[in-house]
Amino acid sequence: MEKPLTKGFRPDGRPLTIKEYKKIGGYEALTKALKTMTPDEVLSTMRDATLKGRGGAGFPAGIKWEGVPDKDFLKSPRYVIADADEMEPGAFKDRWLMEANPHQMIEGMIIAAYAIQAEFSFIFIRWEYTEAQKCLRFAIGEAYGNNLLGNNILDSGFRLDMHVHVSAGRYICGEGTAMVEALEGKRAIPRSKSPRIVESGLWGRPTVENNTETFCNVPHIIKNGVDWYKSLSLSDEPGTKIYGVSGKVKRPGAWELPLGTTAREIIEEHAGGMWDGHELKGFLPGGASTDFLTSEHLDIKMDFESVQNAGSRFGTGTMIILDDKTCPVGMVHNLEHFFTHESCGWCTPCRDGLPWTTMILKALEDGEGRTGDLEQLKALTKMMAPHHTFCALAPGAMEPLESALKLFREDFERHISEKKCPWR
Amino acid sequence: MAVIYINNDPYEVQEGRSLLEVCLSLGFDIPYFCWHPAMHSVGACRQCAVKQFKDKDDKHGFIVMSCVTGTEDGMRISIDDPEVIEFRRGIIELLMTNHPHDCPVCDEGGECHLQDMTVMTGHVERHFRFKKRTYRNQNLGPFINHELNRCIQCYRCVRFYKDYAGGRDFDVFGIHNRIYFGRDKDGKLESEFSGNLVEVCPTGVFTDTTQYRHYTRKWDLQTAPSVCVHCSVGCDIIPGERYGTLRRIRNRYNHHVNGYFLCDRGRYGYEFINREDRIRSPLLVNNGKAAPIPEEAAYSQVSVLLSTGKTIGIGSPRASLESNFALKRLVGNDNFYAGISSSEFELTTLVIEIIKNSGLQIATLREMSESDAALIIGEDVSNTAPMMALALRQSIHQKRYEYTDKLGVPRWNALAVKQAGEFDQGPFYLATAGNTRLDGIATAAFKGTPDEIASLGSTTAKLIDGGGESEKIKKHHEFASKMAKDLENAARPVIVTGISQGSAEILKAAVNLALTLKSKGAGAKLAIVLPECNSLGLGLLGGKGGLDDALNLLRSGEAQNVLILENDIFRRIPTDVAEEALSGAKVVVLDHSPTATTDKADLVLPVGTYADCDGTLVNYESRTQRFFQVMSPSPGAVEPWRRLAAIAEALNTYDANSFPGRDSLTQWTNFDDVLATLVEEYPVFRPILDIAPPAAYRIAGMKVARQTHRYSGRTSIAANLNIHEQQPPEDVDAPFNFSMEGYHGEPPSSLIPRYWAPRWNSVQSLNKFQAEVGGKLIGGDPGRRLLKPKLNAGMQRYEIELKSFEPKEGAWFIMPIYEVFGSEELSAKSPPILSVTPKPYLVLSAKDAESLELENDSPLVLKIDGSEYNLKTKIELGVTDGTALLSVGLPGMKYVNLPSWGKIEKSFF
Amino acid sequence: MLTDNMKRDLMAELANSETTQSACIEAMQIVQKYVGWISDETIKDIAEFLNMTTAELDSVATFYNHIYRKPVGKHIIQVCDSVACWILGYEALLEHIKQTLAIGWGETTKDGLFTLVPIQCLGACDEAPAMMIDEKLYTKLDAAKFDEIVKTYRQETPENGKALN
Repeated sequence: MEKPLTKGFRPDGRPLTIKEYKKIGGYEALTKALKTMTPDEVLSTMRDATLKGRGGAGFPAGIKWEGVPDKDFLKSPRYVIADADEMEPGAFKDRWLMEANPHQMIEGMIIAAYAIQAEFSFIFIRWEYTEAQKCLRFAIGEAYGNNLLGNNILDSGFRLDMHVHVSAGRYICGEGTAMVEALEGKRAIPRSKSPRIVESGLWGRPTVENNTETFCNVPHIIKNGVDWYKSLSLSDEPGTKIYGVSGKVKRPGAWELPLGTTAREIIEEHAGGMWDGHELKGFLPGGASTDFLTSEHLDIKMDFESVQNAGSRFGTGTMIILDDKTCPVGMVHNLEHFFTHESCGWCTPCRDGLPWTTMILKALEDGEGRTGDLEQLKALTKMMAPHHTFCALAPGAMEPLESALKLFREDFERHISEKKCPWR
Repeated sequence: MAVIYINNDPYEVQEGRSLLEVCLSLGFDIPYFCWHPAMHSVGACRQCAVKQFKDKDDKHGFIVMSCVTGTEDGMRISIDDPEVIEFRRGIIELLMTNHPHDCPVCDEGGECHLQDMTVMTGHVERHFRFKKRTYRNQNLGPFINHELNRCIQCYRCVRFYKDYAGGRDFDVFGIHNRIYFGRDKDGKLESEFSGNLVEVCPTGVFTDTTQYRHYTRKWDLQTAPSVCVHCSVGCDIIPGERYGTLRRIRNRYNHHVNGYFLCDRGRYGYEFINREDRIRSPLLVNNGKAAPIPEEAAYSQVSVLLSTGKTIGIGSPRASLESNFALKRLVGNDNFYAGISSSEFELTTLVIEIIKNSGLQIATLREMSESDAALIIGEDVSNTAPMMALALRQSIHQKRYEYTDKLGVPRWNALAVKQAGEFDQGPFYLATAGNTRLDGIATAAFKGTPDEIASLGSTTAKLIDGGGESEKIKKHHEFASKMAKDLENAARPVIVTGISQGSAEILKAAVNLALTLKSKGAGAKLAIVLPECNSLGLGLLGGKGGLDDALNLLRSGEAQNVLILENDIFRRIPTDVAEEALSGAKVVVLDHSPTATTDKADLVLPVGTYADCDGTLVNYESRTQRFFQVMSPSPGAVEPWRRLAAIAEALNTYDANSFPGRDSLTQWTNFDDVLATLVEEYPVFRPILDIAPPAAYRIAGMKVARQTHRYSGRTSIAANLNIHEQQPPEDVDAPFNFSMEGYHGEPPSSLIPRYWAPRWNSVQSLNKFQAEVGGKLIGGDPGRRLLKPKLNAGMQRYEIELKSFEPKEGAWFIMPIYEVFGSEELSAKSPPILSVTPKPYLVLSAKDAESLELENDSPLVLKIDGSEYNLKTKIELGVTDGTALLSVGLPGMKYVNLPSWGKIEKSFF
Repeated sequence: MLTDNMKRDLMAELANSETTQSACIEAMQIVQKYVGWISDETIKDIAEFLNMTTAELDSVATFYNHIYRKPVGKHIIQVCDSVACWILGYEALLEHIKQTLAIGWGETTKDGLFTLVPIQCLGACDEAPAMMIDEKLYTKLDAAKFDEIVKTYRQETPENGKALN
């Protein structure tokens, strides 16, 4: 089983130096792209590879890149942004990738920039990832020193600068268009979805933005080819994936596995199964903004399509486990509290609907639930359904709530009838 | 055109507009908040949801926001689908979770868009049982009250204030459900367009502080269409009166002029009308003491005063056309003098000559906002014609569309257009005497003397024509070539100029530029700002000369008597000259407010303000607009023309040469009679007959009601005086009643007394009065232009001598600058405006200030022509060394003839 | 007042920025590193430096989590309150922290040493519960481990105190 993304990671967790990275084949893909491929060839390879974006939405990276207008259509600077703003509760994969091998992402970004002919790139990283920031800054310095960034990269005539932007902290910055606003030094309010940022992003110019893990895949695709890449997975969606598990499991952590590995294998084998005396009650398959699945879904393949067919979203691929000793209402309250706090305040349903949702959930937890509260929660999920809000934050927030109301209805009702949280 | 299906019925609609605009234009009611017809769609409030169906077999459909959905041929939507009705109700419920239930004590109550939309969506039962969020409010100055607990976060305020009006001291703070709209700290809002927040806010967060001090609900206001008198733009306004007090000014939409907005001078300048010191009774002056006398006695006095000797009349650029005409008619064409300085009179005549004969199109405000390049040459429009500055401000955004059009982003998608094109700003050039509030958006801003500005303009025109470099103004060559290139590349450039620097050369340079651009095929337009609301009307009426000529006659004794109409001549002529001229003459003054001139009169006859009268004004573009009486008749508030007709009547023995038109005045019984005589004598004014229906006009047999259908207290309106119901006053001059009786539907656009429609109590009901939302009013917008550009005019370019500025040792070249609050006479009498009016000051360069040992605010003495003026120092970057800028027209400041050379000394007082 | 060092750092940041506004978030973080929090006065100073108005900069400042617009202690204890830490019982830990330091959310200890704030998921869900003190991450916490950690900060205080001021 190949694990290209995590290959050569040091056991002590320290970052690979440029020398170490080169030793395991680092920057060979970039050399290949710059010396033997045209930007269009890189684009078509990426399109054929059908790499789905690893940030959560799963949009094919190659198609995204091809959306950048031709230079004939628009002569202007273009930008590449790496979304290293991992803030989805329960997600901890990008931090690992950046701390263990910062060059891998940098190489992916340079290839992307070459493909769309960008001259400037940003790594948008969250404030809290102080260790990753250090690793990246050091690696960028090494890359400049090795003629991999700056003017005339590897004597190809291509130039690219790279800058680390440390976010001042907001979950909404992970929304692609909001991130662009944040980079412009503004309040990170999401933008209109049309035009797309590949046409009009940073400072109104074409901008390609991808998740850390997505960029980490790029060098391997370019180096080893589409067929190889497709052979890595266990499903129709190619490549490997960094899966993670948190909650009351014996060995919480993250692992690179073929895309399409089953939830059961990930939870029971890699994470070592539940704590003794604890039963799996449900799990969020891809982070806080995905619907709950239950034990009956353990045998589904963990990929974008299969999870969607099961009624949830693959999201970041980092699972959060709910056990039978943990209150599902309390868990949902914790999630909604987070989303309420992170609403940007632009559109009505999210700004005013999320606080109300959280207040009701808190009332339930405090034993102050009333008849009608669950119907009100249901009504709120409708107000915050997809497309009813300006961006996807609130609909994402509704996913765990809506599914919990269905799957754990009895537990919600007991909070009202018993006038307390049965788990407390 | 496209066909779309709404609630299963087909409608033919215009493509390229948002679904919301289309539905509202068709007359459907869809609630909304964040969308504004002048600021378009951002998709924030999610209130305007409708159902869209994939095709006619799609029974389920999906909810979309109509403001951010375009129209496509064959599209099917439903406004009354149960699910979407419930969604819209749900949005209101969410907005209401924090909105206080304080409507009874809220100034917005009764004309609140949020109230209307709440009723419209049917949200009646509150399910939210938790605590509401509260905020601390800010003191935003004398114009605007802040009550943020009422906020529903539609973001309209900040979008207007920052994005539309360019203000930078107001913003949105915080995040999630603690969003705060305000300033970074307490303090007056700096923008001169802050008052629009009152109308832009869909609820009662921003309310009119001046109205609050004499509060009246919308339904208790007596209103009529009117026109702002505080500059030459002529914005349309709706003043509201109750119990003899003017309570407020609101916007009256005019597609070509002010659109949806007003400036704060226009909105808050009205309180001069409410002043206690208004002249309410005739005043006879004996030995320097003025005493009120009865009307009858006043007319016998007039007869006595004017019976012997030659009488001349002095008109006014702030009086209506009809009043000026009445005076001119009474004293005769040879004895009527325009009430403006002779130099201003000559400039005005030149302006008329240009508008008539240059063949150039004069730009409306709307055209300015849509121009793709602008040059403002020699006029600080942000202070002399603020709404024009607001329109010009929009022109820089035209460039954004270049890329967004290419991407297929619809122009109504304001958020996308802004974000895609924020860094694409159109060319915008300024050449002015001092710094202006538009400098911040300028591609480049030139500062110089009138001669330098004219030379720059002339050089630019020559460069566009392919001429070479001029040796004499080499230092401006770079500026001129950059500007020439940008203007030449524009398809719709606009050149804006004015006469406030007293320079004919600037005007000529502007005309040369516009003609040159026109000859290159561009749709170049011109606009010339004039000093006052009826400057152009007065100019078209003409006169024997200007004020200097009139006063010379009095000084020389060729004339003995003078009738002065609504004019404080001390604002236009040096004090000693005016005093000398008036001291030897018999002076009769007609005015509504005390001035330095009424102080020197032998007899003062009170007249009404614009709110007390009907009349016509001619704006800078020669657009003639009618204003109607708003206030019920009150003591002394008589139409000036009626006062003059009464004078004519009262004249028993008189010098026939002095009053050749006396007899025709005595024939007048109403306003239409005056108009008839006016257009007969001056055919140029004939379009006035078409701008508004005559007094005899009726709709369904009725006049239009000035009072609302729910005006309260009708039968006890004057119960403190008389418990019997009073007969409402009769209006013989206009098709309006001083009553709630009358027509309440939609009258012709010139007669719209207020915006109100079933289910739409707020100003948003304006949608119902427009042929198409955001477009023209039904039946066309009020007003007509008197002067049309001649085709193939073939006007020659003016010869302009290129000059550069030569400083003089020990002297400064003093140029006038204007203040939006304070430089205009009438608004400066309004206490709210007065409270923000600066003390007179002189602007100097840092170097000159240092050489004079002056710092900001330190006192100085300016000496010009033997007069001394005590001023405060103001140091600004960009001022040319050797020049200084004097704030003119401010209260407490005597008239100075400018530009002129003067001496400056440090003062110790 | 911006010190020369601050200005030097700001100029370096501006060199990498397309517009002055685009540097404003970094600029506030730079200055905050020197002075701990962003006062009204500091907002004004930075705004002037970036050719922005106070309102414009404060509008951005008040949006973000890590721009402190109120005074904070010498060290900021940021306790993760997100879902994985919640499942692993961070609430009990928080209760312990609040009692030990005698402060609640958003409060600063009397000695000015610690400010306690909640933080969103630190990306250490596999090692929950987690917290950061200033820029350092601590994981797999319990009451005893927290006490150990806090003790080291208390001991280090004098030197750090000098270094900061």
